[in-house]
Amino acid sequence: MESKYSFVRKDIVNEQPPPLTQVGVTGWLWRNLFSSMSNFNSLTSSILSILMILLTIWLVYFCGGLLYSVIDFAIISAVWSDPDGIKRKVCATVKQGGDLPADWYGACWPFIFAKKKFLIYGRIPTEELWRANLIYAGLVLGMGYIIWEKGQGRKWVGLFMLTVFPIISLILLTGANFKINNSLFISTGVLFLLSFLLGYFSSRNFLGEVLEQFSILFNFISLILFSFFVLLVLFSIDYGLEPIDTLDWGGLLLTLLIAITGIVASLPFGVLLALGRRSNMPVARLLCTMFIEFWRGIPLITVLFAASVLIPLFLPSGADVDKLLRAVIGIILFSSAYMAEVIRGGLQAIPRGQYESASAVGLSYSQSMRFIVLPQALTHVLPGIVNTFIGLFKDTTLVSIIGIFEVMGIFRAASQDANWGSHVQHSTSYLVAAIVFFVFCFGMSRYSIYIENKLSRDNK
Amino acid sequence: MIQNLIFDKRFRSIAFQIILFFAVLFLFYWFAQNASDNITARGDKFGFDFLNNSSGFSILPTLGTWLFDYQVGKSTYLDVFFIGIVNTLVIAFTGIFATTILGFLIGIFRLSNNIVLKFFSSVYVEMFRNIPLLIHLFFWYFAVLRAVPGKREKIDVLGSYAGINVTGLYIPKPLFFEGSGVFLISILISITLAFIMGSYASKLRKDTGQQLPVFQINLGIIFIIPLITFAFLTLKSGYPIELQVPEFKTDGPKLKQGFSKNAGMSVHPEMIALWLALVLYTAAFIAEIVRAGITAIHKGQTEASLATGMTKSNTLRLIIIPQALRVIVPPLTSQYLNLTKNSSLAVAIAYPELVSVFAGTALNQVGREIEMIFMMALVYLTFSLITSLFMNWFNYRIKLVER
Repeated sequence: MESKYSFVRKDIVNEQPPPLTQVGVTGWLWRNLFSSMSNFNSLTSSILSILMILLTIWLVYFCGGLLYSVIDFAIISAVWSDPDGIKRKVCATVKQGGDLPADWYGACWPFIFAKKKFLIYGRIPTEELWRANLIYAGLVLGMGYIIWEKGQGRKWVGLFMLTVFPIISLILLTGANFKINNSLFISTGVLFLLSFLLGYFSSRNFLGEVLEQFSILFNFISLILFSFFVLLVLFSIDYGLEPIDTLDWGGLLLTLLIAITGIVASLPFGVLLALGRRSNMPVARLLCTMFIEFWRGIPLITVLFAASVLIPLFLPSGADVDKLLRAVIGIILFSSAYMAEVIRGGLQAIPRGQYESASAVGLSYSQSMRFIVLPQALTHVLPGIVNTFIGLFKDTTLVSIIGIFEVMGIFRAASQDANWGSHVQHSTSYLVAAIVFFVFCFGMSRYSIYIENKLSRDNK
Repeated sequence: MIQNLIFDKRFRSIAFQIILFFAVLFLFYWFAQNASDNITARGDKFGFDFLNNSSGFSILPTLGTWLFDYQVGKSTYLDVFFIGIVNTLVIAFTGIFATTILGFLIGIFRLSNNIVLKFFSSVYVEMFRNIPLLIHLFFWYFAVLRAVPGKREKIDVLGSYAGINVTGLYIPKPLFFEGSGVFLISILISITLAFIMGSYASKLRKDTGQQLPVFQINLGIIFIIPLITFAFLTLKSGYPIELQVPEFKTDGPKLKQGFSKNAGMSVHPEMIALWLALVLYTAAFIAEIVRAGITAIHKGQTEASLATGMTKSNTLRLIIIPQALRVIVPPLTSQYLNLTKNSSLAVAIAYPELVSVFAGTALNQVGREIEMIFMMALVYLTFSLITSLFMNWFNYRIKLVER
């Protein structure tokens, strides 16, 4: 049949290869680079395209230059060794009395190597370093086991790391053997026995219905008193360890200690504050809200200043609180307010039905919180908790301002050391400090993103 | 009777609250008692009368010292307090302004389909977020600003209009002559006119559907009116405003060489370091907020808007940005508050803001810990209260109206 159209193709056209702008290297380049700078259809888009071209070229030039200068500083021009032990002069230019050319600018690694011990341990005496090493080893092994997903009983290891490990570390670091009043021992012991007996008999209904109601409370109090008693005993035993002054603790060890203590202690406080802020009781809600907003409203520096000057003032005269402990108390109060807000976010994400069905099956408030709400809420905000931890980890640098020698304090002291005084001292110190913190914080943030993805997959 | 009460939920809650209240009250009473004992023991007493005493230390000349005409031995500790607040606010406002621009740029870069921009902004965000602010601050102060040429040399910035050396950054200073008032008023008038124009155009659009090129018209208004005024004033009585370029002496006696104190304005290295550290650090967080805000808007919104025939710029302006702002603004304000609070790190490099000058130097001299830290906390709490009031107001205004 003759078609009424003038031309109809009868044979099949061969497949054409896709255009160059769609596949291969050119396609990738087109999609990821040139598509944003090749629109010349109108005046505005042409201007934008030209700006984009200029910006891209400038950024490549700028970043390349920056990268080169960092590599040049840290590797190519850097001084790597100080074979003669001449300290300062090894990194000094001709003008400053050294051998290096006048325009030399590079990292002074011998300076960092010389400060290595301070950076890792602070001023702990060399013969006691095994104690710090033991803590590091425990930390690495414990954390590694928790992160290793195939490990059996990770939960218990985690619990161990959160409770027993800090106590062991503190005993190792302080050397225990504190002189504790006998009256404190006796009063704690007696109170513990009293509450334990009360709890024991009331829970078996020997003391009437009214007191039976309080048996959980009594048991709780006796548990707390018991842990306190055990701590007192543990810290008063003489293990034969030399005492190390807290002012000698320092470096990475102290940074980790402050950050971990801060986060471990702020978790229970944070949970209580978050529950209080969401409770139906107006007084509790108001107090918790005020507490949280107060600590969140003021900068950490202020908190640290306040802790170091106000705590001695607010305690009875003669009560001597260690400088480090004061800073740590300040940090705990500060971070528990932030933790409370993170956990509150998790609590708010739990649907109302969960609370309602928990009380419908007859669970009490504390039971429904312990078994239903908090496990869900805390899993939900795990990434948030890790982020708070990263923030706290970075914030520990501020304690160097009140004269405590954690990593940043050591770097500040090192960069002012006259034995190594040269024009690259500061740059080298801060480069290393930046790398140390970057490695830790970046690692943790990646891990938190990983957990977030895993949890969100589980929820689907 | 007792049994009934103990099983009664309301009674239990009230009893618990009363116990809690008195426990907290007792704690505070105990603190206050100890504090008053300790203060009495060292022969002092509580009170704010020290604020009227004159201070005995010098403060780095800044906007605050200039505003309050600070003089050692003459100005009071109250002046010191206000100087601290002014200096904090100067850093906060200028920092917020710059960090917002930088943060938005980097956040948008991260979403661009240009690999160079994307890579740059990812690296930027990760680098700056994961390194403590204190290291940034020390880096800028000790490693960069102390490494610039000494007092008798300089590095030119913007040709020879501005320069930097170890004593600070020297920039041109505007000098106001006769007629400058008229010129400033003309700027104000043109801005007001632009606002009136905008609301007129939106009314016209709502009433008749006619669209005016508001942007172009307003651009004209804002530039042309002041320009005409400026030209007129110049013809009448010479330039109303002139820029005084900083003067750098290379001749004369060795001690007098360097930047002269009489010309131009100078910014201290402490302020530059603090400002740079705060701006660059906070921008990384703002970039993440902006990115999250924009990606939170569903792609369907753009597609639907384009399908209804809106132009690309209108889609961005009327559909995407208003919805993204809803997500962006609350965390953004808390970043602003963070920047203000972080300015307290100045104490590490001795820029005289509130914490550094009041809780640092003045506290060491006066030793009234409770009063001074209370005053300082009050200032920061006021900032945070204002921020949260704004946030509540904003959340109320942009709340989704569900039908």
